[in-house]
Amino acid sequence: MEKVIEMRGITKIFPGIIANDNVNFELRKGEIHVLLGENGAGKTTLMNILYGLYQPDKGEIYVNGKKVDIKGPSDAIALGIGMVHQHFMLVHNFTVAENIILGSEPKVGLKIDYKKAVNDVKELADKYGFKVDPNSIIEDITVGQQQKVEILKALYRGAEILILDEPTAVLTPQEIEELGQILKNLVKEGKSIILITHKLKEVMNMSDRVTIIRRGKIIDTVNTKDVDMDTLAEMMVGRKVNLVVQKDPPKVGDVVLKIENLEALDHRKLPKLKGVNLEVRAGEILGIAGVDGNGQTELVEVITGLRKATGGKVILNGQDITNKTPKEIIEAGISNIPEDRHKHGLVLKFSLIENAVLGQHDKEPFSKGILMNYNKIREYAKKLIDDFDVRTPSEEVHAGALSGGNQQKFIAAREITKDPYLLIATQPTRGLDVGAIEYIHKRLVEERDKGKAVLLVSLELDEVMALSDRIAVMYDGKIVGILDADKTNEMELGILMAGGTLKKEGEHDKQ
Amino acid sequence: MTSNNTKNAVNKRYIQNAIDVLMFPLIAIVLGLFVAVFFVMWAKNLGFFDGVATLFSAIWEGTFGKRANFIETLVATTPLIFTGLAHSVAFRTGLFNIGVEGQFIMGMLAAALIGLIPGIPSFIHVILVLLGGVIFGAVWAAIPGYLKAKVGTNEVVNTIMMNFIAMNVSNYFVKGPIHREGSASSKMILESAQLYRFLGPSERVNIGLFIGLVLIFVIYWLLWKTTIGYELRAVGLNRHAAEYGGINSKKNIVLAMVISGAIAGLGGAVHVAGTIHKVHQLVGFTNYGFDGIAVALLAKSHPIGVLFSSLLFGGLNSSARILQKYRIPKQIVYIIQGIIIIFVAADYIYKWFKEKKKKEAIKNA
Repeated sequence: MEKVIEMRGITKIFPGIIANDNVNFELRKGEIHVLLGENGAGKTTLMNILYGLYQPDKGEIYVNGKKVDIKGPSDAIALGIGMVHQHFMLVHNFTVAENIILGSEPKVGLKIDYKKAVNDVKELADKYGFKVDPNSIIEDITVGQQQKVEILKALYRGAEILILDEPTAVLTPQEIEELGQILKNLVKEGKSIILITHKLKEVMNMSDRVTIIRRGKIIDTVNTKDVDMDTLAEMMVGRKVNLVVQKDPPKVGDVVLKIENLEALDHRKLPKLKGVNLEVRAGEILGIAGVDGNGQTELVEVITGLRKATGGKVILNGQDITNKTPKEIIEAGISNIPEDRHKHGLVLKFSLIENAVLGQHDKEPFSKGILMNYNKIREYAKKLIDDFDVRTPSEEVHAGALSGGNQQKFIAAREITKDPYLLIATQPTRGLDVGAIEYIHKRLVEERDKGKAVLLVSLELDEVMALSDRIAVMYDGKIVGILDADKTNEMELGILMAGGTLKKEGEHDKQ
Repeated sequence: MTSNNTKNAVNKRYIQNAIDVLMFPLIAIVLGLFVAVFFVMWAKNLGFFDGVATLFSAIWEGTFGKRANFIETLVATTPLIFTGLAHSVAFRTGLFNIGVEGQFIMGMLAAALIGLIPGIPSFIHVILVLLGGVIFGAVWAAIPGYLKAKVGTNEVVNTIMMNFIAMNVSNYFVKGPIHREGSASSKMILESAQLYRFLGPSERVNIGLFIGLVLIFVIYWLLWKTTIGYELRAVGLNRHAAEYGGINSKKNIVLAMVISGAIAGLGGAVHVAGTIHKVHQLVGFTNYGFDGIAVALLAKSHPIGVLFSSLLFGGLNSSARILQKYRIPKQIVYIIQGIIIIFVAADYIYKWFKEKKKKEAIKNA
């Protein structure tokens, strides 16, 4: 079979990290090839080199058998390589067609030939089975459609080889299926596709071949039909992995958190929460599923006091905590493992000692009056490090010196050790390796078994389904359904996440 | 055995850390002096070694070499301790309080006004004078601090404007109510309001120096041993994380400005009550507040570092006079100071890029 891309002996070194170590990679014509690896394994770096965003320190790239030197994205585009990034690069108040032609506009004289643009885009979309309207404005269409616009943009520039970086991270299960269909159409037309992902299920469903990369090195390239998920997981992580979270049936207690008709604005002062109703009980994990941007972040911010509610109530153990300060809410007994550990969870340039008491630094025994008791705090930091197996040279290093997984373990240690009534975990395993994910999951289940109420917010549907006892689906600022985790499935959740309704209403979404 | 080993490792890291922190400022100073040598060679038509010898002996004589000059170095150092500390506290909270200059001037004015009130026993009078400086400076900084916290206006712009207001308010009093006939300054403050000059009344060095030294340790203690300092530093390093941890960042922004202004105002009061005993009409700024920026930068906003960097800048300022005796233009001093600042700034920029590169590497790995 014809090789459209061959990368030989690629090495790329960043300060302190060998991102790619003598990597060989090849893409055949007309195949969907997955590049599989954990976060930080070096997948994106390799593809950024192919797309010209980085120059390799060593190694050669061949496109269609010819040695090439890709100095920048324009070289890559000229060679027929297109890349769709994880974060879309679209102009939000332009139409679909305007975005697609941006940078290579058809012109009549000095004027942009908008009619031709719309026609071209329509033609292209129809050819590959995309359902998008060239005249709609980007901010009015769904994330799934925006992604299609990105793919069309690459095709419009004549891409024969498409690189998709974590394309499914923002999609509902139905949208993922649709994307799969589109990719199959593209391949039928002779395009070749590289998918970057760490999700095993998609590898199995979508790809022809898989290349597994671990810590910058290629482990193997295999045919997808020859392997199963467990084998792939083992190759990706380097050891046997338990993909299922072990847990007993919950022993549910009283309502700990009650949210009534909660409303709030987003940072643009537009309504984001539009009447959220929710209850979380002691001894259960309530998972919130939903596509990114449907109000999950704002919901957590309002509960923790970082954002003002414009209506409704948040009640913790019968006590109204709506619009209290973050400090009062922490004192009332809410802990939070935040979504962005670098922005919210840690002061990276503080030592672990100082980070250990963030949120309780003014409480005894850590301080008395205005005097900090650093001996007590040091002991406490050591305890957190021991209890949660945080790998660090000592408690004195800056939090920024730890790996992401260990930072997250440290935050989890701090928040769980506060012994709260309600533990909120937002995307608690984002960007972590499988080992750390297993560990965090285990600790969350332990807290639930100890009788804590746990509110889990995650964009990874698999995570929500694996951990939760009940699943609330959030769409457009509302909870559109609450389902028992063991009585539902991905299909049902996907429909709700996309704003649809279930026919068999009233069966188990009434609490 | 193991604990001993870890202790050694910890000590080693401390030493390594100290070297890392001190390296750039030291290199900056050496390079500053080195470049200055070339200007001396150029100005005086000397060879390299003669240039080195001339410059260094002049600076040595002007700073520490002679008793009188050493005393003047201490006099020049004293206000820089205060303004350097004032900037350090603001930097640590992520603020740039350019208004230290104006707060210093308001402290001076407070001392001149209160220092003229007759009939107060000396001990109480001195305390009132210093307290007045603290309050004037604190209020002057609280205004832009409050505006920043409440409506989000930039503290740099507002404090610069406050500097000009301070200068003109001071001049209003110096030219009007407290003007001394036939001079360009205010009346002398009363003897009861003056700080004790421990080397005799004719030597200008005074216990203000010791107030500064004590303050260095107070600020160190405040920043690293109290909940107040913990919150200020947390807000300075990561405002979002601080807020997530229940720390009110707006309150801390105002507090940092107030502390910074109070230190600056105290410095101004000490300067009047201890060294000059009156306030001059200002045609330009005193520059103590602006020199404090360099002092704090060179000290990496660390109070202990301020001790050394204020001594360096104070020494260079006081040696300017002696350089002229050697027919070296006194501007050489400002060249040295300028180069030091450039190198310190280069260090910050270098770190910024390094950090950025690191972040990129992690993001894209």
